Amino acid sequence: MTKMTYREAVRAALRRALRSDPRVFLMGEDVGRYGGAFAVSHGLLAEFGPERIRDTPLSESAFVGAGIGAALGGMRPIVEIMTVNFSMLAMDQILNNAATLRHMSGGQFNVPLVVRVATGGGRQMAAQHSHSLEGWYAHIPGIKVLTPATVADAYGMLLAALQEPDPVFLFEHATLYPLEGEVDEAAGQADISRAAVRRAGQDVTLLTFGGTLGKTMQAADLLAKDGVQAEVIDLRLLRPLDIATIVNSVTKTHRAVIVDEAWRTGSFAAEISAQIMEKAFDELDAPVQRVCSAEVPMPYAKHLETAALPKVEEIVSAATGMISHHG
Amino acid sequence: MATTSASKHPPVDREHALFLLSEMLRIRRFEEKAAEMYSLQKIHGFLHLYIGEEATGVGAMQAFTPEDAIVATYREHGQALARGIPSRVLMAEMFGKATGCSHGHGGSMHFFDASRRFYGGYAIVGGGLPIAVGLALADKLQNRKRVTACFFGDGAVAEGEFHESMNLAALWKLPVVFLCENNLYAMGTALARHQSQTNISLKAHSYGVDANAVDGMDVLAVEAAAKQAAGFVRSGSGPFLLELRTYRFRAHSMADPDLYRTKEEIEEWKKRDPIVLFQSQLRAWNLLTDSDLTRLEAEISAELDEAVRFAETSPFEPVEQLLKDVEGPVAP
Repeated sequence: MTKMTYREAVRAALRRALRSDPRVFLMGEDVGRYGGAFAVSHGLLAEFGPERIRDTPLSESAFVGAGIGAALGGMRPIVEIMTVNFSMLAMDQILNNAATLRHMSGGQFNVPLVVRVATGGGRQMAAQHSHSLEGWYAHIPGIKVLTPATVADAYGMLLAALQEPDPVFLFEHATLYPLEGEVDEAAGQADISRAAVRRAGQDVTLLTFGGTLGKTMQAADLLAKDGVQAEVIDLRLLRPLDIATIVNSVTKTHRAVIVDEAWRTGSFAAEISAQIMEKAFDELDAPVQRVCSAEVPMPYAKHLETAALPKVEEIVSAATGMISHHG
Repeated sequence: MATTSASKHPPVDREHALFLLSEMLRIRRFEEKAAEMYSLQKIHGFLHLYIGEEATGVGAMQAFTPEDAIVATYREHGQALARGIPSRVLMAEMFGKATGCSHGHGGSMHFFDASRRFYGGYAIVGGGLPIAVGLALADKLQNRKRVTACFFGDGAVAEGEFHESMNLAALWKLPVVFLCENNLYAMGTALARHQSQTNISLKAHSYGVDANAVDGMDVLAVEAAAKQAAGFVRSGSGPFLLELRTYRFRAHSMADPDLYRTKEEIEEWKKRDPIVLFQSQLRAWNLLTDSDLTRLEAEISAELDEAVRFAETSPFEPVEQLLKDVEGPVAP
């Protein structure tokens, strides 16, 4: 086991992939000389050169599309998109080409493309750099959506994504980059088929992914002080969703709170809630609760941004409310 | 603008001339058959005919080898036929059959053929250009000496993806031959009504991309210009844009009432019908006889009858396989 930050874990996985597979290359805005907007690729240019650590113009549509084309041409491109808000400029290529080519061609082509996207708020970056749009991507058949929330997953999920025959989107919550944790580099790629139970409990299930795992774990600690044992499930992947792990937990706890940094309306939390209703309605002792961001473009001022994002106290109060009213 | 119309001596041998004529005629008759099948409700959805533009696809395709890649648009029947995809699997595709070139998943706008490196018809205008850039990047990174041919229309030059792709291909010196089939209309909007600068070559030049324009109604001129463009790109000099000036004789799609241009304009262009023009050239050079034409028409007619019969009698993909090709293993 090696102690490292989330940022270093992504970099270590990139380095390992670049060393072991000559088809792998990284491209995106400022991934080379600058070292990455979040310093993820710092030092890789010196080791692998400009052909494989490829700085691009600010042309999200062209370089994501070029990633698709290069994948069709036998490469294993990793495309970095600086923030999920910028990924809107590449949405045509993602939705209309990456996700459709296998099906539209009758299975003749597949697109082994990996796209890394920084996502999420909490850094006072205001309304054009802070949103959580993973749920939009999870709507699209033909792509996989992964949300590494731990340092170990930051490492293992990227390696796993590179083995997939279809496009994989990795959403890296930008507040996680300095997070420290343990990585078992010998273990290599992570299992990307299952959600993970991050804390076991029997009173209420807290479901979350990506950047809100930390807040959810804190909420579980606070609940434990009040004698409420919360089970925390890190979804890890939004598409395909591991609904079995969710249903197993809800069958045990009979209560579920979903924590999702996206806006509530039409959120991925709504999808999970619907699936729990469809598959475990009779197990529920209370309506499923959602803790999401306020329905406002992300404000700049710290107090406003904090007010807009999901809060630990909201998770705690959603959980205790279910237990006190329906205990 | 290059042209062969004024040549006194045949710049082409008889065999190749008849091949080019046959290719253009085959596309024309295929499209007429497709329109007929659409009116019989055998073909549904959008159907964009290539009639009038045959010289561009046929002429340009002569510049590419089987190792090269082709990226096309939703008006791609001509390129698909010229690339050698059998007419029957294209017809079957439009009939929505499992034997179609995309198993009935794509229809008229999305022809694919991996074995011929035909990377598809893209129906978001400009959407194929970044794909072509990426295919060329893969070739460059793997030191493969081949090129990617990327067809698109004049409408695409208004899209950001055109400009982003020009820049990227030039910046990275990628082996892409950009082939702009300028038929003067972006659906129903004339070029001069949607472009502040109607000279498309100038747009390429502004990115440092070499460019040229050619009479897209003259198949030999197109062939010569495309070979020159492909040769430039093969030499490692970076991308090239060739503008093929053409005109579609039919409406944008079968759903288009064609209200935005005059009958006189269409009739004027029909005087430069690429097939009629080429036939008169060949007759003037004594390379074409009436019996040649009769034979070609008969061969094509038989082929297309067989294509329709194949499409009619082919099975549909079982509905149980609806979700089969959404994700899965590495394609064969």
